[in-house]
Amino acid sequence: MPLLQIEHMTHYFGGLRAVHDYNLTIEPGEIRGLIGPNGAGKSTIFNLITGVYTPSEGKITFQGKNIVGLPPHKTAAMGLGRTFQNLRLWRHMSVLDHVKMAQYSQLTYGLVGAFFNTRNRTHQEQKNTEKALGLLDVVGIRYLADQSVTNLPYGIQRRVEIARALAINPKLLLLDEPTAGMNPEELLDLMKTIRKVHKEFGLTILLIEHRMKFIMELCERIQTLDFGEIIAEGTPKEIQNNPRVIEAYLGKEVEA
Amino acid sequence: MEATNSLPIKQNRFQAWLAKIWAPYQQVPILGWLLGALVAMIIEIFAGPSLALALGIGGVPALFGFVVVLTKPILIPPIILYLLLIYALPIAIVARLTTSIANNIAGKLLNYPLWITAIIHLALLYVVLDLWTSLSDYRDLLAKLILIAIIITLSLNVVNGYMGEFSCSHPGFIALGAYTASILMVLFFVNDSIFGAPLLPPSLGPFLFPVVLILGGVVAAISSLLVAIPSFHTRGDYLAIISLAFMFIVKSLLENLEIFGGARGFMGQPDLASLPVVFAWTVVAVWIINNFVRSTMGKALNAVRDDEAAANAMTVNTQKAKMTAFLFAAFWAGIAGGLFAHVMRYVNPGTFGIKKLAEVLAMVYFGGLNSVVGSIVGAIGYNLLSEMLRPLEILKWIIIPILLILVMIFRPTGLIAFRDFDPEALLQPKNKQEEEV
Repeated sequence: MPLLQIEHMTHYFGGLRAVHDYNLTIEPGEIRGLIGPNGAGKSTIFNLITGVYTPSEGKITFQGKNIVGLPPHKTAAMGLGRTFQNLRLWRHMSVLDHVKMAQYSQLTYGLVGAFFNTRNRTHQEQKNTEKALGLLDVVGIRYLADQSVTNLPYGIQRRVEIARALAINPKLLLLDEPTAGMNPEELLDLMKTIRKVHKEFGLTILLIEHRMKFIMELCERIQTLDFGEIIAEGTPKEIQNNPRVIEAYLGKEVEA
Repeated sequence: MEATNSLPIKQNRFQAWLAKIWAPYQQVPILGWLLGALVAMIIEIFAGPSLALALGIGGVPALFGFVVVLTKPILIPPIILYLLLIYALPIAIVARLTTSIANNIAGKLLNYPLWITAIIHLALLYVVLDLWTSLSDYRDLLAKLILIAIIITLSLNVVNGYMGEFSCSHPGFIALGAYTASILMVLFFVNDSIFGAPLLPPSLGPFLFPVVLILGGVVAAISSLLVAIPSFHTRGDYLAIISLAFMFIVKSLLENLEIFGGARGFMGQPDLASLPVVFAWTVVAVWIINNFVRSTMGKALNAVRDDEAAANAMTVNTQKAKMTAFLFAAFWAGIAGGLFAHVMRYVNPGTFGIKKLAEVLAMVYFGGLNSVVGSIVGAIGYNLLSEMLRPLEILKWIIIPILLILVMIFRPTGLIAFRDFDPEALLQPKNKQEEEV
């Protein structure tokens, strides 16, 4: 059974067709790439999968369950973790609190526990802290746990986002342009981190990227999107030489 | 305190001298300060009136002499002498002398659960407060109103600070709590002209008073759904306007309910909100609210404030978080309202208008957003300031706003914002450096 299956998904923003007849099947354990020029609809697809938008038409099944119409916090609790294209961190919270917050749906205490500081709550908070610290270890920023996120360098903030996404116990990790704004050194570190979490957690990853080198190295299969439609799908080699992909990125060759 | 750590050579001798004086006090635990305050209060009770007479102040100065000084500036020297002799010196001497004993006790208390330590400290604090208020009814009333203001400020901070929604509906919640509690108490326990004979024996009143207050809180909480549900899709300025509308609806509703006195107000509440009752409720409110905002569930409010989409993507049910914040804040506002009505033993709709709103907002933003300590400081500071400057009459309404503006310029989020309040750390003994000396 595929982990995620999208069939004939179409989405309109008012009169604008953002995504048209989109299909995707991801098997467990894959690292899948999604590329395309700006405005091709890549981030919209992420938002459709996680439930930020409800697709106008089409079917999305995650682990065999239909997830169309579920709000983001439910799809996330089912195991769809994501990062954002523009960092979306909570600016007044510490790094540790970020990772703890993402365990919100796993809390076993209710409001009574929160109000009266029950033993169950203390225990749970402790357990969550330990798990969060462990995840920060995985992405290599445990020493920054008490820092406020606002003052951290860009690459570190990306790691906080990844640790946060890992904290929800994802089965599928959606990474939306994780290398945006990174310098080459940070890029290499990130590649290592992604490989590491892929291996350690047995994660399936769907990756939106602009940097060809990065995506070519990480992904086994790549989809190319233009104007909301799939124009090519295949291995990195095939994609690189596909004339339609080149056309989408560089424009049409003028016939002599 | 900062002066001790890094003393530039250029610093003048007075500052160095002050730092030297202050140094031993850094090791005084909260317990030591409380002991000092206790002694000061006992001294004031026995020696205060006669000292005041001897100095020619004419009666114990109710609020640290501010009111006296502002009306008769010539009395500044005797007032300063009074404050030194009655408050400053006893507190300083006792705190210094008992430092090691207090640290010892605080250290021993670490072996017991936190709540025992907390109760001992709170009991001591209450005794100090009780002694202070025993000297004048004015102090008693002021202390009660300040305690109630703490509940109100904290509860508003949950929505405006922790969740970052600019809500203006708080006076409405307070009013609903105040009226609900008043009506229920009068209906059940008081013989009056509106409802006639009491339905229950008045002797039960004190026991059922907490239940009635909670009912008032529940009514306020239910009414807050009118603001909470729009908040799912509306944020910022628009929600502020909705909440403002809510406040006016409640006010005009109460003005037009002739059966409860309409604009003339409603009176006859039994005298049940004594200082210990108000104190206990304030402690419970601070405790529960602080527990909530420090839990992951409470921090979800911060996540909603800082980035709602991200919160939602990280499994936080943002609608539930918003609903909780509004219901919770309104509940405590309602409790505070019920207490307020029974302290004043009279309520009228005019109290819960735009002026009250300005006051509660000022307390929250003055004290500091997203901070329990900030709210406590804000409520105490604002109310004390407002009372102390009372003799200046109209000038008071120029000075206080200017102070607020200055706070906003130099500390845009308030005096003590974004700070975690950890009672455990607060009550620790502070004698760690002692071994080095």
